[in-house]
Amino acid sequence: MALNKEMSAAAAVAQLRDGMTIGIGGWGPRRKPMALVREILRSNLKDLTVVSYGGPDVGMLCAAGKVRKLVYAFVTMDAIPLEPWFRKSREGGAIEVMELDEGMFEWGLRAAGMRMSFLPTRCGLATDVLARNPSLKTIESPYADGEVYIAMPALKLDAALLHVNEADRLGNTLVRGADTFFDHLFARAADACYVSTEVLRERFELDADTAKQNPFERYLVKGVVHAPLGAHPTYLGPDYGWDMDHLKRYNASATEENGWQKYVEEFVTPGESEYLAKIGGAERAAKLKQPVF
Amino acid sequence: MTENEVVSLAELMIVAASEAWRDNGELLASGIGVIPRIGASLAKLTHSPELLMTDSEAFLVSEPVPLGARGDYKPRYEGYMSFERVFECVWGGKRHAMIGPTQIDRWGQTNLSSVGPYDKPKSAILGVRGLPGNSINHINSMIVPNHGPRVFVAGEVDMVSGVGYKPERWAPGMKQDYVDLRLVVTDLCVLDFGGPDHAVRVKSLHPGVSFEQVQAATGFPLLQAPDIGETPLPTAAQLAVIRRMDPHNLRATQLKNNPPAVKAAA
Repeated sequence: MALNKEMSAAAAVAQLRDGMTIGIGGWGPRRKPMALVREILRSNLKDLTVVSYGGPDVGMLCAAGKVRKLVYAFVTMDAIPLEPWFRKSREGGAIEVMELDEGMFEWGLRAAGMRMSFLPTRCGLATDVLARNPSLKTIESPYADGEVYIAMPALKLDAALLHVNEADRLGNTLVRGADTFFDHLFARAADACYVSTEVLRERFELDADTAKQNPFERYLVKGVVHAPLGAHPTYLGPDYGWDMDHLKRYNASATEENGWQKYVEEFVTPGESEYLAKIGGAERAAKLKQPVF
Repeated sequence: MTENEVVSLAELMIVAASEAWRDNGELLASGIGVIPRIGASLAKLTHSPELLMTDSEAFLVSEPVPLGARGDYKPRYEGYMSFERVFECVWGGKRHAMIGPTQIDRWGQTNLSSVGPYDKPKSAILGVRGLPGNSINHINSMIVPNHGPRVFVAGEVDMVSGVGYKPERWAPGMKQDYVDLRLVVTDLCVLDFGGPDHAVRVKSLHPGVSFEQVQAATGFPLLQAPDIGETPLPTAAQLAVIRRMDPHNLRATQLKNNPPAVKAAA
């Protein structure tokens, strides 16, 4: 057992290879492992298949030309419903897509985590999800009902990237948001799971209520990256809200001349400590409001 | 309501939307977007208290939560409803969602994915989201703030995201039994799927709107429900609930120029 799984974001990203299938946890503009995404933006990685309930993670990877194929049900930043760089890539025909129902997506991750080749579901039947994904097959119930289902294939991931509120060096994690989304399934579906964390502890010593915030087992975790404000500009309940000013700045990059280049030069290239300084650090993060729906 | 207080079309649509959840029984009412959410809230606070609702994040609330910044208001939690549990609820069929698709066709099929050729769309929207699963598993209604032929398309929607009643889409063995499309509330009228073979009918016309006007704004032929009438105006009691649920008047931003429910006489 690795007694210390701590590594830098660069070391985690160095484990990834061109052409890999990478799952990204969180949901839309919520709890995205953005520090790890920015590290990918700084790397030479290419031809990725990205599997995500998409937000600016997907948009930025599209903008940087890192995405060969996208497996998704939606890409949105909620308050900015249409994700600008995803749109550009999609409308330009720059990315291959596997567009799925949100539940099919979950089923695919579950199948992978259970080491199944597929799981049956009704979701997607009679829609263009079936028509537009020729790789999807249907299957007939072997029982008397004879019902026809989609055999949702396993969404096996080479790696999963997640962001959590707290972790220890062994790879134990805590997620404190009101909703943990489907991160546990990403962790189970992946050969290797890299977790970035707001707070890094040597060893957890938890009471029972806190231990219930542990979403999956540490044996799934290969690397732990200490990344305070690592979900910024997405939000991390209950620690900080989303940064709408920054999301708007990013959104505008899609309509400015050389907008993406400028965004990268300002926020990505200089590195994470510069990034944190530019966004105003912990002081500003403390003022970011949790979204109210 | 005082004599000179102008009721908005959005408020009329909220009341029409709330009717979708009448007599549904005990299920999760998901109104996605401002008008549907206030509509669901109105339903729960008036005719259908048995409905379940969330805070639009992760908790079930015993009382609908007002929209936007809520000051000192404390949500009254009665349970938990993470996205994972919403999916489980969807598959079990105990939900009635109302959403605003980009396109709707005569078969009730909806599109939230992309407009134009799929490989290089003219407009990439959100993605199919949960529409395939919602539409095949539980009751669904729709909201259309801009009734026109770009929404109600002549042929099939460009990317069928939510299922409908088009027979050719259903191969033998595919279970269509749970498909249950109820109301489409637009800025002109209320539609349902009550015609022969689920043909779309005008159920009620908003004040001052004619059937011909609705037909002209729709890409496919419409029927008139036998009991077609006028969409009712909100009562004073309903307006009071609407204002309490929407203290920041977000409903005023939902329709272009926030038109009144009854057009002023020329």
